[in-house]
Order: sequence, then C-alpha cells, then structure tokens
Amino acid sequence: MRLAAAAALLFASASIAQSQAQPDAGPDALRAAPANAADSAIERQVHRLAGELRCPVCQGLSIAASPTELSLQMKGVIREQLRAGRSPDQVKDYFVEKYGEWILLEPKASGFNLAVYLLPALVLLLGLVFVIVMLRRWTAASTDETAEPLDDRVHVPDLR
Amino acid sequence: MNWKRSAFAVIAAVPVIALLANGMGKDPSQIPSPLPGREAPNFELALLDPAVLGRPASSGAAASGSEIPTVRLQDLKGQVVVLNFFASWCLACRDEHQPLTQTAAAYEGRGVKFFGVAYNDKPADSRRWIAQMGGQSYPALMDPGSRTAIEYGLYGVPETFFIGKDGKVAFKQIGPVNAELLTQKLDSLLAMPDPAAPIAAP
Repeated sequence: MRLAAAAALLFASASIAQSQAQPDAGPDALRAAPANAADSAIERQVHRLAGELRCPVCQGLSIAASPTELSLQMKGVIREQLRAGRSPDQVKDYFVEKYGEWILLEPKASGFNLAVYLLPALVLLLGLVFVIVMLRRWTAASTDETAEPLDDRVHVPDLR
Repeated sequence: MNWKRSAFAVIAAVPVIALLANGMGKDPSQIPSPLPGREAPNFELALLDPAVLGRPASSGAAASGSEIPTVRLQDLKGQVVVLNFFASWCLACRDEHQPLTQTAAAYEGRGVKFFGVAYNDKPADSRRWIAQMGGQSYPALMDPGSRTAIEYGLYGVPETFFIGKDGKVAFKQIGPVNAELLTQKLDSLLAMPDPAAPIAAP
C-alpha cells in the first residue's frame, strides 16, 4: 500500500516536473494544471484500489503488483469508472459482482469471515489463560509438595 | 481423569480437521463465479471477420451503417447463447475447438447461437489460429481491452458461458468443453420455455 502510494506520488511529481519543463506550452499548460492534479488524485485511488483487488491470473498477487495484461486492463476499468464519477466502494462492488468476494485480497469482516479476524485473538487469549493456570499449578506444586523433586534427586544417582 | 482429557482433545480436534478437510477438498484454481443465475452482462462486440458470419445477417449481427458489424447480446434474447472465450495462445482451446465447431453446426437453426470471444489476442493471430484449426462454424468476436471478459469475471481461457433464453447465465464452464457437456447443457436449456415470447411467431 505504502509502496503504491509512494509510486503514485513519484509519478505525480514526475509529471509535474515534466509539465514545468515545458514553459513554452503557453496557456494550454496552465489550463492543464488542475486537470493534472485531479488526474493524480484519481491515479492514487486507482493504485489504492488495485492494491486491494486480487489478480485473477496470478497466485496471491494484487493487480497493482501484477504486470499481466489482464491486471493492466482491470486497472484501466478502475480508472474509467473513477473518472466517470463512481466512488471507490462502487468500483470495488463492481468487481465483487463480477468475480465474487474472492477478488478482495482482504475478506470482508462479516459472517463466517469474522472467524479470520476473531479466532487469532481468541486463541491468543486461551493460550494466555492456559499459561497462567499452568504457572499457578507449577508454583503451587513446588511450594507444597517438596517431597517429589527430592525423591527424584535420590533416585537419579542410584541409576548411575 | 485421563479419558476426560483424551475426550477433550478429540472434541477440540474435530472442528480443526473438519475445516482442513473442507478447505483441502476444494480446488483453489476453481474460483466460484457469482454469475450463474444472474442476468448475463450485455456486450456489443465487433466481428473478428465479418465474412465468417456467412449466413443471413439477421442472426443478431446489427450492421449499423457502414461500420464493422457488431453483435449485441440484447438482440439475441429468446435464444440460447454459448459464449466461448478463447485465444490463439491458449493450448486447451485447441482441444475444445473441434467439439465446439461441430456442436455449433449440429445445432444450427435450432435457436442456439455460438460466439467465440478472442481474449487478449491480436486479431491477425486469432484469424490465423481459426484457419489453422480448420475453420469455425460460428462467428468470433473481438474484445479490445478485455472489457467484456472482465464483465464476465473471466480469469483465464478457455471459459464458456451458457446463456438461457431468459438472458441469464445458466452455467459457466472453466476449462475446455467437450461434445457431451455441450449437448447436455444445450438440450436442457432448449427444453426450457422462453419467458419473453408467449405463443407469438418469431
């Protein structure tokens, strides 16, 4: 994500530098300036969305990270829809409608998917409880029943 | 005490094993498509080779002015449409070409329209490939920018969509089709009544 944003910024600054490098372009360049700003804002959104969508012809890659033709074309679709005034969520919904939720790299936190978000925390909590219980047992055992460890010490030299 | 522990272990293991069995029983390359049962996305695509259409131009090809004739799905309502995405660089497409072109010829005039849609292919390559395969009994369409492929949630070739008379996607085949599957699907789709046209003659 951060990389994509950085790339978008780099791209934006490069295009600004390019437009500044041609001062003789005249009033046309001035008129193009706000359009450029809007373009780079859209381009940032394209990169953000492309990072959240799965490339259908790759293994576990986003369409932002994939150089395949289909990914480029899908980025083109994102760009077109954003330019047509659709919101990023509407664009995402379009791809979900076509490819199913599979297209989202991050599953929606609802229904069965919630298990993905809740189970790790739950298991961590259970582990913590387990460790606390075991620690208590061990400390209780070492203070109360001193006979057992002593018994071991007696037996070990006997074996050798 | 001990049997209690082992019973607990078994009970704890059951959901984990069930989850793994469920997940491993699936083929991760088979992406479940949300399209079957839904309205087939409309398209208007130009013919790869206008001469291929051959038969009467009434078959859904709208020759708008002097432009290249295009095919629009919405003009084909009431007919069964088989949409086969292919590419000249696709190996599995070679296996299914023969059954596709033969079945399309066998169902000619029975209310079934076959279309090939070239996916990420150069028109010249598609044409050469069709010629190499010994021709094709149904028209091929071009999909510049893969817009229609994305509309159909395509992730590879070959993929074949069966669209019923009601204009809904009835079935999607991932990977090559064979003659058996084609006739089975077509017969069941043709047996369904056309909801749009009551007893009126076409």
